[in-house]
Amino acid sequence: MPNSRDGATLPARWLRAFWHFWWDFLVGDTPELFVAMLVILGVTLLLAKGVSTTAAWVAMPALVIAALVASVLRGRRAG
Amino acid sequence: MDVVRVDSSAIVLMVAVFLASAVEMIEALTIVVAAGVSRGWRSALEGGAAAIVVLGVLVAALGPAIVRWVPINSLRVVVGAILLVFGLQWLRKAVLRATGYKPKHDENAIFAKQVEDLEGREPRSSGRDPVGFAVAFKGVFLEGVEVVIIVLTLGTTDHNLGLAALAAAAAAVIVAAIGVVVARQLAGVPENTMKMAVGLMLVSFGSFWSGEGIGVRWPGSDLAIPVLVALYGAVTFIVVRALNAQKARETRKVGRAELA
Repeated sequence: MPNSRDGATLPARWLRAFWHFWWDFLVGDTPELFVAMLVILGVTLLLAKGVSTTAAWVAMPALVIAALVASVLRGRRAG
Repeated sequence: MDVVRVDSSAIVLMVAVFLASAVEMIEALTIVVAAGVSRGWRSALEGGAAAIVVLGVLVAALGPAIVRWVPINSLRVVVGAILLVFGLQWLRKAVLRATGYKPKHDENAIFAKQVEDLEGREPRSSGRDPVGFAVAFKGVFLEGVEVVIIVLTLGTTDHNLGLAALAAAAAAVIVAAIGVVVARQLAGVPENTMKMAVGLMLVSFGSFWSGEGIGVRWPGSDLAIPVLVALYGAVTFIVVRALNAQKARETRKVGRAELA
């Protein structure tokens, strides 16, 4: 198996490139949005299973809006 | 066998895929035109066409496999989560650009830089130019990968892969036709507005499908998607207005301080 200058084999480099692609795609320079997505899905799941589906469909868009506003405000301070 | 089905969610899906593909195609077209102008049209067009063929093969190979092997609820959660993050990223960027907190995507500047970079390379020999081919292929392929992900995620989850692929192909043809006419005036396309619209739709689809996948029963079923688009659109509008007003106040304050 051919090695690159850093000693990695071709499959290892492909794996690393694949990982980097998805990391950049989903996390990139907005890690807060990735964390927000996990929180939104977690809270919605808990509400849907433990409280009611109405609470879940009301809470989910509200959490999405909160995540967007928080991330925009963070971007405004950084920009 | 995947067939084209048209209902309310299919219409929103078609618009989302069309706009997302158009935005990415504009960026790809800038690179192809730059390669064509500086390295010759034959190699640039061949590079762009080769990338489109590879992207088409990816959709044709992965789409049916995903639909066949992945359970629908798992697919909805994973795809919904990806669309939610991706849509929020697009929407955030579009809001920051609309309010001046982030510079707008300048296709003219990108075009000028591409041409400058390419003209600095070794002169092309007669016939095919490998540099022009590679630059056009890479540009179209990299921009197209995002389109492929959007087509696959939206198309497979809604069981409407044919319609999603058609909408993407239509966007590619229309943007290419516009490119032939306007060539170097791509900066005139309202890219940020399109990006904002796509962000709204991706976030709405993401909320709807990830919600359905984890057990949320949306009122009105598929009709909840346009309602979510309207809700997120109204919030985005308010955020843009509030940030613009704040920026104007800050500018006035700085002006008064400088005068004093």
